[in-house]
Amino acid sequence: MTQPSLDPASEHLLRDLAPQVLGAVIRRYRDFAASEDAVQEALLAAAQQWPRDGVPDNPRGWLIQVAARRMVDHVRSESARRQREHAAALDFGQVVAAASVESRRDEDETLTLLFMCCHPALTNASAVALTLRAVGGLTTAQIASAFLVPEATMAQRISRAKQTIRASGIPFEPPERRVRAERLDTVLHVLYLIFNEGYTASSGASLQRLDLAAEAIRLTRAVRQLMPDVTEASGLLALMLLTHARRDARTGPAGELVPLPQQDRSRWDRAAIEEGVALLTATLSQGRVGPYQLQAAVAAVHDESPSHDSTDWAQIAALYGLLERMSDNPMVTLNRAIAVAMVQGPAAGLALVDALAAGGRLAGSHRLDAVRGHLLELAGNRDAAVTAYLAAANRTTNTAERNYLLTQAAAVREGGAR
Amino acid sequence: MKYMLMMNVPGNGPYQIGSWPKKDIQAHIGFMKALNRKLRDSGEFVGAEGLSGPDQARLVRAGKDGTPVTDGVFPESKEFLAGYWIVDVDSAERAYAIAAEASTAPGAGGVPLNMAIEVREVMSPPPDML
Repeated sequence: MTQPSLDPASEHLLRDLAPQVLGAVIRRYRDFAASEDAVQEALLAAAQQWPRDGVPDNPRGWLIQVAARRMVDHVRSESARRQREHAAALDFGQVVAAASVESRRDEDETLTLLFMCCHPALTNASAVALTLRAVGGLTTAQIASAFLVPEATMAQRISRAKQTIRASGIPFEPPERRVRAERLDTVLHVLYLIFNEGYTASSGASLQRLDLAAEAIRLTRAVRQLMPDVTEASGLLALMLLTHARRDARTGPAGELVPLPQQDRSRWDRAAIEEGVALLTATLSQGRVGPYQLQAAVAAVHDESPSHDSTDWAQIAALYGLLERMSDNPMVTLNRAIAVAMVQGPAAGLALVDALAAGGRLAGSHRLDAVRGHLLELAGNRDAAVTAYLAAANRTTNTAERNYLLTQAAAVREGGAR
Repeated sequence: MKYMLMMNVPGNGPYQIGSWPKKDIQAHIGFMKALNRKLRDSGEFVGAEGLSGPDQARLVRAGKDGTPVTDGVFPESKEFLAGYWIVDVDSAERAYAIAAEASTAPGAGGVPLNMAIEVREVMSPPPDML
């Protein structure tokens, strides 16, 4: 029953073409929701036929033609339903001819698509799903398995996202200059969420799961190429590369979480680190520094340090200080507390954590307890460290993290703390 | 036939695993991972989830105007659902065998926990809905 599947190069080609094809079809038919469905069907047809018949000479034209045929079917059935004909929409031959000469417009349209899929009217979960399908060229089944939800659930999420877009009357146009920066923030945030999902979901049946982190990197690369002057797009790409570089060292043989200090740094991906650092260096020299660049800078300090002990913690504390002023995010303060503890000793770090806890903004967060446990352990206050680690273990909803926190608590209790 | 295997643990306070020695925690985690892998390999695995601790749980019912009224879970609850498996097997006996194996998961000192696993058949849809 196993079907021949596409080789990685063709799969890559197919996914790169997906937003261009969708752009061409929308341009012709205007109906985003129906066009998106038609392109999805064309992608599925390609995945079935190309392994058997070979990749066509003009894969882009092939996809547009199949999608346009689907649109014709769609328009016909709609017309029949409404008892009227839409002859003008039926000449898909023109679409193919017109679309294959306009590659410059393709790029603009990929961006327009991204802005549409990451519209603020959508919830984060909807924006993520729609972006992966319409811009990433993934099938609903692939997206569903990546998020460990049933395919029907994901299909419904995507369909409701499209209904929201239709109901909001959002046109298929680039955002006005006035709101462009704001909308760009949303696009980058959605890409960041996709990356994070892939990064944290290392537990579970990871074998069959699509690599969402790699997909986020692919999409962010495309965004950066389309908008080379947007420094935060480069910052985000650098952050992803510098974080993803540690993926092989992040899990042990039994799938357990290996925290940064214990990671085998020889297993970090040097090529990814070099690319990330080069990108970040070039970006930082352009002037305006944003939160993604600062987070990438922190990741770069870790990645370039030969060992945990030789990490430049003063620089990391300073970077988090800058970030804190920019974003007012208590998680940033928590991270700064760790760096401060490494520079000035655990008491200084604990003071920051206690102030955060007193502020109440991170009440009930397992991260607060986990960091407190770590700092108490450094301070040699073992009983309190165990209590904090166990509180964190009780609160986290990530299995790998809970297992790590439980074993850490046990290790400290037994005095064998690292 | 699908069965749900429910792992119940004592309900007073947080999970006891937090007080075990490190090597026993690791043995327990390793056992559970291996069990899930075996069920996947045999094609019987449908789903399995571990649930967060009892102190996170809330009892919810609708108030007068339909809005949720939440309450903490009372400490006197004797047992607590810690997690479950759903397996697709040929017979009830096979479901019992899997449950018995899960029951032997090692606890403190590597001693089998002999947890009570509640086995319930999952209702199937009527034939005309298939």
